[in-house]
Amino acid sequence: MTIGLAHYLTVAACLFTLGILGIFLNRKNVIVILMSVELMLLAVNVNLVAFSAYLGDITGQIFALFILTVAAAEAAIGLAIIVVYYRNRGSIAVEDINMMKG
Amino acid sequence: MLTAGFFYLFAVLAIASATMVIVARNPVHAVLYLILTFFNAAGLFILLGAEFLAMLLVIVYVGAVAVLFLFVVMMLDVDFAELRAGFINNAPIGLLVAGIVLVELIALFVWGAAGGLPTAIPTAAAGTETLSNTEQIGRVLYTKYVYFFQAAGLVLLVAMIGAIVLTLRHREGVKRQSIAAQNARTPATGLEMVKVASGGAVVPSSEAKP
Repeated sequence: MTIGLAHYLTVAACLFTLGILGIFLNRKNVIVILMSVELMLLAVNVNLVAFSAYLGDITGQIFALFILTVAAAEAAIGLAIIVVYYRNRGSIAVEDINMMKG
Repeated sequence: MLTAGFFYLFAVLAIASATMVIVARNPVHAVLYLILTFFNAAGLFILLGAEFLAMLLVIVYVGAVAVLFLFVVMMLDVDFAELRAGFINNAPIGLLVAGIVLVELIALFVWGAAGGLPTAIPTAAAGTETLSNTEQIGRVLYTKYVYFFQAAGLVLLVAMIGAIVLTLRHREGVKRQSIAAQNARTPATGLEMVKVASGGAVVPSSEAKP
C-alpha cells in the first residue's frame, strides 16, 4: 500500500486537533498551553513539508523553515514572560494573568 | 512497503506521544513526550525527503526549545496538581470542539479535494536530480527569499533582546564591582586627610553622622 498525501495530512490534522484539545484541557497551566501551541505549529510544518514533497516544489520547505524560526522566537518570549510572571506572583495560574494589563 | 511500515510507526508514535503531552500529570514528562513527538515528526520529514528540515527540527526543537521548556518547568516551583483542577470539567467542550475540527479537516481533504490528492512523490525535475535537499533549499532561500531570510533573522534578534530585557533583573542592595568607578579614582577623591584630636577616634567622613 502506498502512502499518499492524504496520510500525511491526516497525521497533521490529528496533531493539530491534539494541540487544540490540550489548550482546552489544561486551561490553568500556561506551560502546557505553550506546548500545545508548539504541537499546532508542528502540525502546520508537517502539512507544508508534505505538500512540498508531493507537489515537487521546494517552497513549502522554505516556509516550514520560517515557521520554525517564529516558533522558536515565540517559545523564548513566552517562557520569559512566564518566568517574570512567576517572579511577581509566585504562581503561573492563567486566570490571574489579566493583572499584566496596563 | 518498508516506507509504509516506517510511516505508520512514526505517525502512531507521534500521535500517541502528542496525546501524552496534553494528558501527562507531571509537566516534566509532558516535555519529554514533546521531545518524542518532535523526533517522530523528524522521521516523517525524512520519509518525505526533507532531510535538512528533519535535522533542523531535531536541533532547534529538541536542542533548544524543548530544553528551554524543561529548564523553565524545573526552575519554577509550582504546584502543578492544583493547576490541573478543572481538567475533567473542561473535557466535554474540549472534546466537542476538537472532534468538530478533526472531522472538518479530514473531510476537507478526503472528499473535498478537487481531482483527488496525489498519492506518489513525483520524480525530481530535470537538472535537480544531483542536488541534495539542503542544496535545493539554499539555492532558493538565498536568492528568491533572501529578504524573508533577513526578516527571520530580525525576528530572532528581537526575540533574543526581548527575552533578555524581560528576565534581566537588577537586585537592590547587592554590592557589585564597578571597574569604571575604580579606575576613575584619583588621590583627590580616594584620600582624606584628617586631623586626629588627642585621645579621639577617626571616623571616615562618609560614615560620619551629619
